[in-house]
Amino acid sequence: MTPTPILQMKDVHVRFPINPDWLGRPRQHVHALNGISIDVARGDILGIVGESGCGKSTLAQILVGLLKPTSGSLQLAKQDAATRSGMQIVFQDPQSSLNPKLPVWKIITEPVYALGDRPSQQAMMDLAKSLAIQVGIRPEYIYRFPHEFSGGQRQRIAIARALSTNPEIILLDEPTSALDISVQAQILNLLQELQRSRNMTFILISHNVSVIRHMCNRTAVMYLGQIVEVGATLDVLENPRHPYTQLLMESVPKLSDAGFSSDPAEKTELPSNIKLPAGCFFKDRCARATSGCQTPQALVTGEPRQTGHQVRCHLAYA
Amino acid sequence: MDSRTVLSIKDLSIEFPLYEGTLKALNGVSLTVKQGEIVGIVGESGSGKSITAMMTMRLLGEGSYRVRTGSIDMLGVDILKASEKEICELRGGDVAMIFQEPMTALNPTRKVGKQMVDVIRRHQRVSKGQAEEIAAGLLSDMHFADPEDILARYPFELSGGMRQRVLIALAFSCNPKVIIADEPTTALDVTVQKQVLMLLKKMAAERKTAILFITHDMAVVSQFCDRVYVMYAGSLIESGSTRKVLHSPRHPYTRGLLAALPETAAPGTQLKSIPGSVPDLSKLPVGCAFQSRCSQSSEKCHQKPALAEAPQTDAHLCACWHPLTDLEAVA
Repeated sequence: MTPTPILQMKDVHVRFPINPDWLGRPRQHVHALNGISIDVARGDILGIVGESGCGKSTLAQILVGLLKPTSGSLQLAKQDAATRSGMQIVFQDPQSSLNPKLPVWKIITEPVYALGDRPSQQAMMDLAKSLAIQVGIRPEYIYRFPHEFSGGQRQRIAIARALSTNPEIILLDEPTSALDISVQAQILNLLQELQRSRNMTFILISHNVSVIRHMCNRTAVMYLGQIVEVGATLDVLENPRHPYTQLLMESVPKLSDAGFSSDPAEKTELPSNIKLPAGCFFKDRCARATSGCQTPQALVTGEPRQTGHQVRCHLAYA
Repeated sequence: MDSRTVLSIKDLSIEFPLYEGTLKALNGVSLTVKQGEIVGIVGESGSGKSITAMMTMRLLGEGSYRVRTGSIDMLGVDILKASEKEICELRGGDVAMIFQEPMTALNPTRKVGKQMVDVIRRHQRVSKGQAEEIAAGLLSDMHFADPEDILARYPFELSGGMRQRVLIALAFSCNPKVIIADEPTTALDVTVQKQVLMLLKKMAAERKTAILFITHDMAVVSQFCDRVYVMYAGSLIESGSTRKVLHSPRHPYTRGLLAALPETAAPGTQLKSIPGSVPDLSKLPVGCAFQSRCSQSSEKCHQKPALAEAPQTDAHLCACWHPLTDLEAVA
């Protein structure tokens, strides 16, 4: 099924110390990621979906090396993980992620500069121009500053910047959630075109299920720092096996329905990630919880195995 | 105006003076909300939906805006001419507002109970104890398991969804006839959003409260609203029952917006985006504001099309010279 992965995460845990005592020793920890293992193959578009507080953004920071995992390993093929030129990121807010004092050509080529290459100014401008054309910014605009562009155009600039070092993987952290619907469609189309023409690998983090469904071939659903379900996008989103994924899919408002049908969920609060629940993390909100849920759940591979559909619930295939 | 109409805005045009020229935020907006109705206003950012919501309660800073034309009638009060005192009677009493950011809408230094009691006692002649009882009752209607515990907490001790439920309870505290909800669930997760919307709908149905619901999310509108107005660049461009507007849109913009949603397209296919971007409100083109992005535009579009008046408000109206017929919309 999957060719050799270009990114491998093995049992990554991240916890942040909080509430220090008078000697500055932490008394408690926030458990942001609790054992994330995932492989990404070349040409994949992996979607990561989950609600706020589930660890999506921590995962993004781990992936680009802004944070170090407390335990577990992260391996990127070809380059070693330390230089991290194999991965670039597009942030959510194009307003704050572009330096307002730099002209666009400098913004676009900054990753090349930061990696230590020092091409001539002319070469950098030429690179910026060719990237600008690829993302649909007119090449004569590269001498302008970020404030002269609209939100959608700024996001295009951020994408051009991510492309500049020719990375293996681009991590897209909520790339369209700050944009209007009509502009979102333009950006999603651009990303798909780039992915096809360059056979790129994307990791798309989003809370918007319909964006994930549209863009990704594989999807992982996160809950409280764990992956609770992963597999081919259509399998996961159309036939969810994990009760949390089922709840999520039921809650997404749809254009076609006349109105919400079922009763509102009584418990919508995430359990605390300071004191992690024993056993299955979802059992307090789960309608199907039984005595078997008291033990920690492992990802179970479903049949047929080649689809790679995995669910963290012992009832999923029962 | 018929007796069941609670809010009626007529030909409202608002502009903001700028250093150079004026920003035409609203251009001839007319809408009505009837008793017990849930009416949506949907549009992209900068389309004027929040300005409309703010104007219905005159919450914009006095002097920062100019009213070019129009009037607002809320429960028989002429909002644009009323004194500050009259408006204060209305705000929080017969008309309540739910804002997008539940953290900034609550006072962080005072307990939830105190804030609710303040509002209740401002508009109703009750004792403190009675007000607390009313507040606890409202919170248990909002599915809080232990209302007394919530009343004794500060807003920062609550999660986003809980805060928004507190705000909805607060909005219902004086039995309002109208609730203006400005993107009440945009900051919430989908599972919480569903819960909040269903509670809001249930409360409104029980008390026959009308809701003016501002959102940018088409799917939420389709789940929640009876009727919807679509806004673009400060004008209403289409209105009608939610079903009709969302399933057979007649304005090219509405149709473009729906086609641009990833949920309407097959996975992996090209999305139909609307070319260009929203016009600058200080340099609006003469005539239809959508003409430069529209595939149907012609000479005639240099004149501004009006949302045709119709005797019954639930008719499907569209401000376009070249409206799409139902047949085209299906195809």
